[in-house]
Amino acid sequence: MLRSKQKAAAEAIAANVGAVAVDGRSPWRDARERFFRNKAAVLSLVILTLITLACVFGPMLLQHSYEDTDWEAMSLAPTLLNGHYFGTDELGRDLLVRCLIGGRISLMVGLMATIASVTIGIVWGATAGFLGGKVDTVMMRIVDMMYAVPYLLIAILMVTLLGREFYLVVLTITVFSWMDMARVVRGQTLSIKSKEYIEAARAIGVSTSSIIFRHVVPNLLGIVVIYTTVTVPGVILTESVLSFLGLGVQEPMTSWGVLIEDGTGVMETTPWILLFPAAMLSITLYCANYIGDGMRDALDPKDR
Amino acid sequence: MWSYAFRRVLMTIPTLLLVITVCYLMLHATPGGPFDSERKISAAVLANLQAKYHLDLPLWQQYLYYLKSLLQGDLGASFRYADWSVNDLVANALPVSLAIGGGSLLLSVFIGVGLGIIAALRQNSMVDYLVMLVGNLGSAFPSFIIGPVLIMIFAIWFPLLPAGGWNDYQLAYMVLPMALLTFINVSTIGRVMRGSLIEVMNSNFIRTAKAKGLPMRTIVFRHSLKPALMPVVSVLGPLAISSITSAVVTESVFSLPGLGKLIVNGASNRDYTLVLGLVVLVTVVAVVLNLLVDLAYALLDPKIRY
Repeated sequence: MLRSKQKAAAEAIAANVGAVAVDGRSPWRDARERFFRNKAAVLSLVILTLITLACVFGPMLLQHSYEDTDWEAMSLAPTLLNGHYFGTDELGRDLLVRCLIGGRISLMVGLMATIASVTIGIVWGATAGFLGGKVDTVMMRIVDMMYAVPYLLIAILMVTLLGREFYLVVLTITVFSWMDMARVVRGQTLSIKSKEYIEAARAIGVSTSSIIFRHVVPNLLGIVVIYTTVTVPGVILTESVLSFLGLGVQEPMTSWGVLIEDGTGVMETTPWILLFPAAMLSITLYCANYIGDGMRDALDPKDR
Repeated sequence: MWSYAFRRVLMTIPTLLLVITVCYLMLHATPGGPFDSERKISAAVLANLQAKYHLDLPLWQQYLYYLKSLLQGDLGASFRYADWSVNDLVANALPVSLAIGGGSLLLSVFIGVGLGIIAALRQNSMVDYLVMLVGNLGSAFPSFIIGPVLIMIFAIWFPLLPAGGWNDYQLAYMVLPMALLTFINVSTIGRVMRGSLIEVMNSNFIRTAKAKGLPMRTIVFRHSLKPALMPVVSVLGPLAISSITSAVVTESVFSLPGLGKLIVNGASNRDYTLVLGLVVLVTVVAVVLNLLVDLAYALLDPKIRY
């Protein structure tokens, strides 16, 4: 009698455990759901995806080329008649295609410099955090030094001396964009290393590699994702500043910064040449910031 | 405190040396010398010139000579502007940048702190929303977009102010650039001040003060303002440096004859010594500013012990 009761209870517990296991949610699924509940972030993601798709495929689908002059339509206001939906610039080049091509460059620089600086930042921060001691001190001192330097001026010097090739612009931006990530990753590595659950995992005999891959890396990934989304707008902004100052990619290639600079010169008579690229850059930055905020809210472990 | 200050001062030296060395080497690695002009110079004259500027010495000796002249406050001669030394060019440009940058920073501290206080004390009021809006706009829109938009509104649609240029510190020419810089700085200071004052107002000692029945004015100005200002002090250093940096953009947008314009012109004319000299100068200023802010922070915050 007692036996059967115990058995029934055990079965009930087992059934419950099973039910819980079926209903189990990974932290990533939680995060995803939280992100998709954030309407501003989702809307921003949609808009940014549309802008990216337009920049990648738009120029192939439109009738004008980004470097050809339309002799019949110089400084033309936006119109639906002859395919110049954003109008033309003072050399008669279609502004819509130029905005999209410029967006390609801006987004591409943003993507590449982000990947590069995130990689450097993770490696630098994780190394410093894991090794600790003197190595940590020296590596973090170097980061402090990089922070103290007025980066834009040195970026200007680098672009002046090295040249304005696409990959050199990426390099210049990368050199001054990895420190935030390094700091954050180091801090996170340090705190994870001394957490109780790591100690507990050690105590029950989990191997070092499982500790790293099951416990350390997932906890690092959240903050890496957050700071990657925060790095993107900063990098795009730096590229546009360099281009705006005439130190980015060169004609007939273009980027949003170059287009805004062109537009500033003629805004008195033909303001749309300034407004369209400025709007595209602003929308992109705004969306990227909102996505970053959304990611932070979704992934920040403190917020649970 | 003093040992901390001493260590902190010592720490600036490697930073400065690193920046100067890297920039100097980058400059040195660039092809083309200062005397590669179209006019042929005879070998003897060239040798004399090189001897005068120590260009015939090995690299490390040239570098030491450069450091020595830097210590004496000499930034060298300009490549492009004949008969102008970098020092002369800086002496003309620095006051312009200082007036615009320093003026707007001072202005934005007062406006930012004021708006931050009002926003924190009246959460969800109109001022609060205004501060949040300005904060969002200032941090999301780059200055080279806000600037032209300001010009478009205040110089073209409503022609109240000049669109740019400079006329011997005449106020009308300074309004728009200062407005732009102030707007951007206020967005940071206002947000920081609002956040930190809200936090302080929720802390235990303020509750005690309220329980004692102190008037709101005393609570805010005697008790909560000083701790709430700490985060503002800590952003002042980065803000001052970013004011120097954003001078590059502002001065291009409004065509002001300041340091930023000088460095951009130098960069597009490939005037290497000018750009190097300016980078060194601004780095020194930035590092010293950081140092001052850190020391001020250590002095102001009794919780920090070194």
